[in-house]
Amino acid sequence: MSLRKRRRFFLLLLTLFFLLIVVMVVSISVGSSEVGFWQTLRVLGHSTGLSDSPSTRVAEMIVLHIRLPRVMLAALVGAALAVAGGIYQALIRNPLGDPYILGVSSGAVLGSVIGLISGMGGNWLGTQLSAFIGAVVAIIIVYNVAKTGGRINTMKLVLAGVIVSAFFSGITMFLFSIATGSEVTNILFWMMGDLSTQSLSTVWRIAPLVLGIMGLLYLLSGELNLVMVSEENALQLGVNVERVKKGAFLLASLLTGAVVSVSGAIGFIGLIVPNMIRLLWGTDLRYHLPLTALSGAGFLVLSDTLARLVMTPTELPVGVITAAFGAPFFIYLLKQKVG
Amino acid sequence: MAPFLEAIEVSYRYKTPRWVIDGVSFSIEEGEFWGIIGPNGAGKTTLLNLLDGIILPQEGEIRLKEQALGDMSRREIARQVAILPQEVTFYFNFTALEVVLQGRAPFLGALRLEGDKDVEIARHSMAKTGSLQFADQSVTELSEGEKQRVLVARALTQQPRLLLLDEPTANLDLNYQVEVMELVKALSQQEGLTVVMASHDINLAAGYCDKLLLLKEGRVFCQGKPEAVLNQRVLTQVYECDLLVDKNPLTGSPRITLSSRVNCK
Repeated sequence: MSLRKRRRFFLLLLTLFFLLIVVMVVSISVGSSEVGFWQTLRVLGHSTGLSDSPSTRVAEMIVLHIRLPRVMLAALVGAALAVAGGIYQALIRNPLGDPYILGVSSGAVLGSVIGLISGMGGNWLGTQLSAFIGAVVAIIIVYNVAKTGGRINTMKLVLAGVIVSAFFSGITMFLFSIATGSEVTNILFWMMGDLSTQSLSTVWRIAPLVLGIMGLLYLLSGELNLVMVSEENALQLGVNVERVKKGAFLLASLLTGAVVSVSGAIGFIGLIVPNMIRLLWGTDLRYHLPLTALSGAGFLVLSDTLARLVMTPTELPVGVITAAFGAPFFIYLLKQKVG
Repeated sequence: MAPFLEAIEVSYRYKTPRWVIDGVSFSIEEGEFWGIIGPNGAGKTTLLNLLDGIILPQEGEIRLKEQALGDMSRREIARQVAILPQEVTFYFNFTALEVVLQGRAPFLGALRLEGDKDVEIARHSMAKTGSLQFADQSVTELSEGEKQRVLVARALTQQPRLLLLDEPTANLDLNYQVEVMELVKALSQQEGLTVVMASHDINLAAGYCDKLLLLKEGRVFCQGKPEAVLNQRVLTQVYECDLLVDKNPLTGSPRITLSSRVNCK
């Protein structure tokens, strides 16, 4: 990569970061209650020590404890799912890689639900762990079904994802039908992809996890570039392919499990964002991944804002919005790439 | 002195009981240009993969500068051995320069971040193979021949001591066939690069190789100088068809002409 392109990359990265902040602030300032843009800025400024004009307690409550966690969570979840999608695409050498399509999200949902129902509801680590196990089991099944003679077959991949997804969702539904208690309705809403019910402490809890895993994945990006051409290519150029592959599959699934356990299964971000970045910027993961993370964050914050606004005062699950964008895009990709 | 590259009683089979490579031995000196020839399914590509350590023989051993390939890490091997695969399908829109730069990977750190010097080596190799003009083009848009030249450039970017070529001219137009072969030959003669080329084009191998290894059904049928290996009796036996061996009027190397059953008088 030439110096000029590298400079353009850093400029773009900065621009995207700035845009993300703007989108987040705008998103915090809209909602069903009457706390507008300037009041939001005042609350944010006051709480960060930038301004000393205090606001009403109600406004502070709404901005800091209802909207802020939601928007921050949207950014984290969006970044995580987009990066996971980008990694899966590299690993299976197919633009259709996405945690939702590959059934990884459903696996994580099932894992979380098992965790919640079996009484680990109070213990977030237990839920997180079972979400992770669900995600990893799903990707192992789908990968092995779709692999024929060392190659990943697109048709089989999509089918395997659908089947595994359906199967895991079936088990999840079964667990619901035998479960009792008031928790069930909450879980049901969360399952459709919901960012509204989490507190700021959830954000602080998963932020280091999400950022840490993305950092580790970035360290693999140079070697993954070689795997993206072909596994044989990577071997010939001195990469320990098995180690890189297993590590990346595990980390991407862990990333998916980590965010699905708090936000539910939000689809198609992992499909739209990495493919868009590839079209607009290029394939080299060392540049692709950071751009994907920032764009994914922005994309989900925007989608969540839309979900709150389109049908006010009713809120839509954010998964509805991402699906509305994602499904047509999926069809477009499928038409592009056959084989 | 021990040879540069040595195969000692090497045997290999895939998951089937049949040995694809069966007790093959040879030794190659540094700077030599070897050709592996033989009919389809004789084991040419498998032998190249064994020489690159991508697969390890179940029996026997391959040594590069006295060190068994099985004892070396992938990275150690990749710093000395480059291979030009027979066919590479690209699924993503890497640019040609990005693909060529991957040849520097064995020499770089964890992120494989290239410096100016690496870019210079890559561009230089691309210029040599006539692929510099599509450096910024996506490899998925290139024709087979253009792709081949990019891949040759990548192999050169690895600056290997041993270059393995699998049907290097299969997708190339005549002028590029000559250009690529001349380039490899020059590297072999001027810089002492050792080359092993698998080819089904016997005339090409006869023209450029110092030594030939003729495989049949995984075994070495015979090996040696082209004039010794390429004679009518041997080739008729290996390929099971009628042919004529004479001298290429331009180079003096052996030339094979298939005799068609229809047109021969």
